[in-house]
Amino acid sequence: MSAVTQDTAVSTGRAMRVLIYLLLVLFALFYLLPLYVMGINSVKPLSEITGGNMMALPQVWTLDPWRSAWSTAQIGVEPTGLKPYFLNSILMVVPAVAISTIVGALNGYVLTKWRFRGDSWVFGLMLFSCFIPFQIVLIPMAVVLGKLGLAGSVPGLVLVHVVYGIGFTTLYFRNYYAAFPTELVRAAQIDGAGFFQIFWRILLPVSGPIAVVSVIWQFTNIWNDFLFGASFGGTSQPMTVALNNLVQSSTGVKEYNVHFAGAILAALPTLFVYIVAGRYFVRGLMAGSVKG
Amino acid sequence: MGFLDIRNVTKSYGQVEVLHRVDIAVEEGEFLVLVGPSGCGKSTLLNMIAGLEGITGGEIAIKGRVVNGVHPSKRNIAMVFQSYALYPNMTVGQNMTFGLEMHGVPKPARDRALADVAKLLQIDHLLDRKPGQLSGGQRQRVAMGRALVRNPDVFLFDEPLSNLDAKLRVDMRTEIKKLHQKLKTTIVYVTHDQIEAMTLSTRIAVMNRGHVQQLGTPKEIYDTPANLFVATFMGSPAMNIIPARVVMQDGVPHASVTDAEGTPRMLRFSQAAMAAWEGKDILLGIRPEAITDPEGADRKSGNIQSLPNRVTVTEPAGADTFVTMTLGGRDAIARMRADAPVAAGERYEFAVNMEKAVAFDPATELRIGG
Repeated sequence: MSAVTQDTAVSTGRAMRVLIYLLLVLFALFYLLPLYVMGINSVKPLSEITGGNMMALPQVWTLDPWRSAWSTAQIGVEPTGLKPYFLNSILMVVPAVAISTIVGALNGYVLTKWRFRGDSWVFGLMLFSCFIPFQIVLIPMAVVLGKLGLAGSVPGLVLVHVVYGIGFTTLYFRNYYAAFPTELVRAAQIDGAGFFQIFWRILLPVSGPIAVVSVIWQFTNIWNDFLFGASFGGTSQPMTVALNNLVQSSTGVKEYNVHFAGAILAALPTLFVYIVAGRYFVRGLMAGSVKG
Repeated sequence: MGFLDIRNVTKSYGQVEVLHRVDIAVEEGEFLVLVGPSGCGKSTLLNMIAGLEGITGGEIAIKGRVVNGVHPSKRNIAMVFQSYALYPNMTVGQNMTFGLEMHGVPKPARDRALADVAKLLQIDHLLDRKPGQLSGGQRQRVAMGRALVRNPDVFLFDEPLSNLDAKLRVDMRTEIKKLHQKLKTTIVYVTHDQIEAMTLSTRIAVMNRGHVQQLGTPKEIYDTPANLFVATFMGSPAMNIIPARVVMQDGVPHASVTDAEGTPRMLRFSQAAMAAWEGKDILLGIRPEAITDPEGADRKSGNIQSLPNRVTVTEPAGADTFVTMTLGGRDAIARMRADAPVAAGERYEFAVNMEKAVAFDPATELRIGG
């Protein structure tokens, strides 16, 4: 193995190699610096931070900032902590990701295996939706949500994110299914399987890798979204908006340790999705390549 | 009325008609092969029988029931695809019984049908494997098993052997023929391989550019091709097409063909009707195996004509030696015995079996002289 790498790599001397690794380690440390600062400052009392020891390890280790950020910190005018907003985000992101992924898969299935007149136009228009900036749709979206009676509610946010995500998920699934042999669909038709049976029994079981891609993409985007959450969240604002309200509050003492803990809390779910689903993603790709 | 009737069927994509009034009646138990070069419409016709493509004009009837507009699953047909189209996520057993399951057949009956077919095709030991774990030949068997398990009225094969290597292809060809003889099923089989067509079929439909050029038994197609296209498409090496002129000698029609030196050589026709073409230019069609060395000539033939000519090239192919010569200004190939005493550049006395020769009108390209 190492012999192979040496053969293909540009040949370097030992000193050069040490230098390269040294640089790489330095860059890695530099890259991890913000995480380090966030981590250690979230477990030290506020007095230590304001005392000017931002980079030092805590003298007194405490989890109080985390508890405060989670359940007692002042968000806006209510001392609720981030807990209810975290719940809002979960209630929003799970159905939004699930619905947009399923609709995207169905769209991809229809656009590749049940071609109709003008299907490439339909796909082109859906693709176009990927390029529309969020800000442009704010006012029309507000009007639509108002008319539907969904303004300021979690279902309203779910609808917004589903509509916005379908363009991307359709693109993913369409391209994935385009490479899926149409003869299989024809064979299933002759076997007597209907539209949904073919989708459920033939296509979905082999859609693992692209479903994971779609879920990662949608989850990250929806969880991290601030603009739609702030605009349409109303009384059920998501985590990002709450975090902003926590950190940007202009009254009282700035509790940096609590802010750091809150920011990490807000980032945890996406990290979790990347670590868990990322593994399945690679596994799915490997399985596919071995099967040929 | 046949078992499978294709009546005046046409197919158009927009303004372009790709199948022109195809008319074929297939009897029960027949093995019909649709053969032709790519783009001739043979796969389109098969897909129309299957119901995967709409019918622009005419009717297709299976067992007397017109199936235009009937869903593929309700036509009681089964199809074997070129890529096998096995469902990758299901085991071999699930693949084969999927159709029965979709048709609401209860599990015990499905298992019984599966066991029977698996035994027939000798794939019982593979039933728990996934298609990805099978070799090409095994996948081919599973694809056929999936069709057999349904016990359909008509089997449709879409170039099923073209993804296999040469040796396996020949084995599976024999296998399919055995299966047909055993089960006496009605089969429509699409291929571009004329040897597959000749060996498997009870009848062949040769297609080109959306027209059925000729419909007949393999022997009819081979010995009396309806036109120049059928003559040259069927057979390997292809039939020699030699420009000739019809002349009368002793009141009998002869083909006058120039040899390598430009000397006219007379070959007597077996067809008396060629007399009507006296003095006219024709195209003479002689299969390579009808031009041999005198010792190798067909002893049962009543019309062996001698043809002295110069040998251009010899190609020993093991079982035969192919000899190229110039006839009527074109290359012609003779199929000789392996040890025929011929050498390039030398003159040789060839024997032409004129009983097997056919003639074509150069203008219409149709066969003439009965």
